[in-house]
Amino acid sequence: MTKTISQFSCHANGRQFQIDLLGSWDKENGVPQALSVFAKIPAGTNKLLVSGEQLGAWDSSLVSFLLQIHLEAERRHWQVEYQRVPQGVGQLLQLALAVPESRVPHQEPPHTFAENLGFQSIVIWRVVNDFISFIGELTAASGRFWRGQARYRKVDFWWLVQDAGPHSLPIVTLISLLIGMILAFVGAVQLERFGASIFVANLVGLAMAREMSSMMTAIIMAGRTGAAYAAQLGSMQVNEEIDGLKTMGVSPMEFLVIPRMLALVLMMPLLTIYANLMGMLGGAIVSITMLDVSWSQFVGQLVGSVSLKHFVIGLVKSVLFAVVVAMSGCFTGLRSARSATAVGQATTSAVVLGIVLIIVTDSLVTIATTILDI
Amino acid sequence: MHPIVEVKNIGCAYGQKSVVSNLSFNLPPGDISCLLGPSGCGKSTLLRAIAGFHPVTAGEIRVAGHLISSASVNTPPESRKIGMVFQDYALFPHMTVSQNVGFGLHKTGTTLKQKKISTLLDLVNLGDLAHRYPHELSGGQQQRVALARALAPEPSLILLDEPFSNLDTELRKRLSLDIRDILKSQNISAILVTHDQNEAFAMCDQIGVIDNGAIQQWDSPYNLYHEPANRFVASFIGQGAFIHGKAVNHETFETELGKITGNRAYNWKPGAKVEILMRPDDIVFSASSELKAQVTQKTFSGTSTRYRLKLASGTEVEALFPSHQDFIVGEMIGIKVDAEHLIAFLLAEPVV
Repeated sequence: MTKTISQFSCHANGRQFQIDLLGSWDKENGVPQALSVFAKIPAGTNKLLVSGEQLGAWDSSLVSFLLQIHLEAERRHWQVEYQRVPQGVGQLLQLALAVPESRVPHQEPPHTFAENLGFQSIVIWRVVNDFISFIGELTAASGRFWRGQARYRKVDFWWLVQDAGPHSLPIVTLISLLIGMILAFVGAVQLERFGASIFVANLVGLAMAREMSSMMTAIIMAGRTGAAYAAQLGSMQVNEEIDGLKTMGVSPMEFLVIPRMLALVLMMPLLTIYANLMGMLGGAIVSITMLDVSWSQFVGQLVGSVSLKHFVIGLVKSVLFAVVVAMSGCFTGLRSARSATAVGQATTSAVVLGIVLIIVTDSLVTIATTILDI
Repeated sequence: MHPIVEVKNIGCAYGQKSVVSNLSFNLPPGDISCLLGPSGCGKSTLLRAIAGFHPVTAGEIRVAGHLISSASVNTPPESRKIGMVFQDYALFPHMTVSQNVGFGLHKTGTTLKQKKISTLLDLVNLGDLAHRYPHELSGGQQQRVALARALAPEPSLILLDEPFSNLDTELRKRLSLDIRDILKSQNISAILVTHDQNEAFAMCDQIGVIDNGAIQQWDSPYNLYHEPANRFVASFIGQGAFIHGKAVNHETFETELGKITGNRAYNWKPGAKVEILMRPDDIVFSASSELKAQVTQKTFSGTSTRYRLKLASGTEVEALFPSHQDFIVGEMIGIKVDAEHLIAFLLAEPVV
């Protein structure tokens, strides 16, 4: 059976113009352009007659077509008459005419690559600007702190010290011990080939003292304490506590940021020393159990090869990392918007920013020590 | 007397989007005023601009004669000496009630500080809860602590940002009256932001109705209700519905509710098309009346019942009948207009 594709025929009849709807209307076949009908209408017409006598099956494509016809005819102040049009079509048409056309908000054309690049750069530029002014405010607040003018609560400070220090010990123990063991394993396999397995002590000692213990501790603290700072300050922002502080004449920099930064700067070097010990212990365990190295050999080799300056470099780095982790946590927390989602985002970006800054700082220090030859 | 707050032609914007423009008002010392408006009208932005959390793009704000905000000046909030009470109380959760209240008193000596804290706690009626933590208090108590905390540094102005919106209706009523008494007894000026007009009526001497970032009317609660300046104020304040009509003479209008006459004269030409505000108490039940309306909705509220009535033309009006006049939805009842004070606005010609 051949299916008649949605069509219509039309002819003028004096001042009246008749449109005959033919066959079945299926939206798969598309909707005919209603305006093309009007192009065929001779001048002087003032009435449209729509006849559905030969209409087959129909769907919304018909209604959409008739609606266009109807609106255009109305615009021209013509009369429209429907003859033998199915009742459903009439009802749908009435419904469509009863409510004004919904206004689809003006759709912006998709941004080009250059525009996106521009927008992103502006956003990054703003964040960088904010970060620089944050550093400025922090410096000013530190100045007041050293002169003893900063206002913060001692209780809060000691609580933060306890959280950043003793409470972080278990995870630092675990990670550093494992890092030391991994380093020893990797080294042992290679060094054993040359019969130089005793140099595992040099490898582990140097790597832990100079790089790994400070960096791993910093990364742990970025994930643990930096994120916590962002969450604390972010939720204070949500509760308007930070605004509350400001209206009572207390600077959030002094009251919230300085104690956090100070707690980390005090605790990070101590944790790093502890991480050094744990890492070397891990190295020793692997050397003694897997290689033919005794405790005294390992310790002797370690003390002979790793000089104090490597430990000092590690400690200096840990102080810098503490500053960087505390800053990224507090900065993202204070910038957080006022919603629970925003606090989550602030926490995430605190960790990301913290780790990025740790690695960047580490590279800078490495470059500096290389140039200075220490 | 010199006003305590002067806001002159200020504008505020979020990025490119202007939220408040060319807005001005003055607040005499000791007065409590309210910024009232639907959500998104810019009232909170305005309050945050006065507090110093939001910069202004134009105009200036002065408190007690000092310029604190303009396009070029922005005194930080901590130097403004303005107290603020927040919607979520914003108490410090790890401090006791008395530590919270004493927080703003860091420049005061210990004994004086203790004395002041206990005076303030007595003032807000929380003297025996001084050693509790905020989470051990009810919402209303927390908000009173927040008020005491804001009052402690003796600010020249207190800002209240929707302070009662987290409380239940009963408590809200009581607390708003309590806070009004406290502020009045201390002779402290305050600006309250709310979208609840009952709260505004109960607490404030003056109310600024804000819509679209502009003050529509700055007036006493009585005048706002009885002499609204424009159609927005009339429909926002109190309940009611507008019906269409035609002016017959200065006081009388021809409407579908018949000819109604008020005691307020309008200088409009006879025949002018107008909209007349019908308050729910303007329409009364009258069994013998020729004028009939159909009940479409009823809301029982104790002493009275609010009905939505559909007139013959399809226009709907609201009416407040005593509770014992009980009708069912769908019933046709006789009504008549019993209004002395008619509020009408010229109908704007529809824009073609």
